[in-house]
Amino acid sequence: MDLSWMAWTTPTAIFFAVILCLVLSMWVWELISPGGQPRRGILRFETTRGDRLFVTLLGSAFINLAWLALVGPNLWWALAVCGLFGVLVFVFV
Amino acid sequence: MKSWNNKAWFLVLPVLLLVAFSAIIPLMTVVNYSVQDSFGSNEFYWVGLEWFQEVLSSERFHNALMRNLLFSAIILLIEIPLGIAVALAMPRRGWGVSVCLVLMALPLLIPWNVVGTIWQVFARVDIGLLGYSLTQLGFDYNYTQDTLDAWITLIVMDVWHWTSLVVLLSYSGLVSIPPAYYQAARIDGASRWAVFRYIQLPKMRRVLVIAVLLRFMDSFMIYTEPFVVTGGGPGNATTFLSIDLVQMAIGQFDLGPAAAMSLIYFLIILLVSWVFYTVMTQQDADAESGRGHS
Repeated sequence: MDLSWMAWTTPTAIFFAVILCLVLSMWVWELISPGGQPRRGILRFETTRGDRLFVTLLGSAFINLAWLALVGPNLWWALAVCGLFGVLVFVFV
Repeated sequence: MKSWNNKAWFLVLPVLLLVAFSAIIPLMTVVNYSVQDSFGSNEFYWVGLEWFQEVLSSERFHNALMRNLLFSAIILLIEIPLGIAVALAMPRRGWGVSVCLVLMALPLLIPWNVVGTIWQVFARVDIGLLGYSLTQLGFDYNYTQDTLDAWITLIVMDVWHWTSLVVLLSYSGLVSIPPAYYQAARIDGASRWAVFRYIQLPKMRRVLVIAVLLRFMDSFMIYTEPFVVTGGGPGNATTFLSIDLVQMAIGQFDLGPAAAMSLIYFLIILLVSWVFYTVMTQQDADAESGRGHS
């Protein structure tokens, strides 16, 4: 099957592979340690583990866009901020 | 004891395949395009985040985004209260129900480009009933030359086209309220406002979440009607994000910047929809838990 029209590149393939791995790791996490029931965090609304992953990914997209607009194209520090943001979301939200 | 049945996944599979073909694969392709430059013939050159930087610093993008946000805000502020008001005024029994429902459904059945054409002709000052009448009444109305007139025309057209959706959703919420609630309110001597505020509005919350989400997403992605009526003009006064995006992607064949812009556009829609959904469903959950504790 010719997929050249999709214009794949190595970095974008890695990007999607990481997202797929994150989703699969949520499944594995739930199998190993069930506990995805909703809970209330500092934002005072109920979230499941899946919700927290969604918030992390969406927030990370905006962190990267803001970094790109305000700082520059080197996004390694933005990625570190996203990692920290993800940890905070999973612990406190 | 095993409490789930994995056979259910087979029932979900067709939807999963459909979503993959209609949404996930195109989205992946857009991500791939957004980091490359193309000169046609499937030839691509890596440019990294250049297009994202270009779009984020572009005044053209900022202006189109602001226009879109303003348009969606106005649409929601008009259509949601108006839709609820019309639904409240509609009869609940008798022959009038069918007549009202058919009348309300009519604008929703008309294709977007036909709606645009209807209003493009209707609002013309030379031959259109609306435009000609307003001019004869002494109003200086011309949607092809005046920014405010163009905006008013688009807003009135959208209200005409889509308020019916809010009406039908609100009406479905209203008719599902058991009569016992109204009987209890009558016994308590509740006013008309109190009935609306404490019975009808909370009971309509779920359908209103859907109405707000649908109207926000639709109005934020509006393309066909303004394209047919004003073509984005006068000047760029009604050039919304979608019109700008099509001009960039198809008019100028700038696939890379257009892909970057569409991803930013998608993320904004996703964020706002998530915020709307979370806030409104959370109020619902709070109300439920409040009842549970009392």
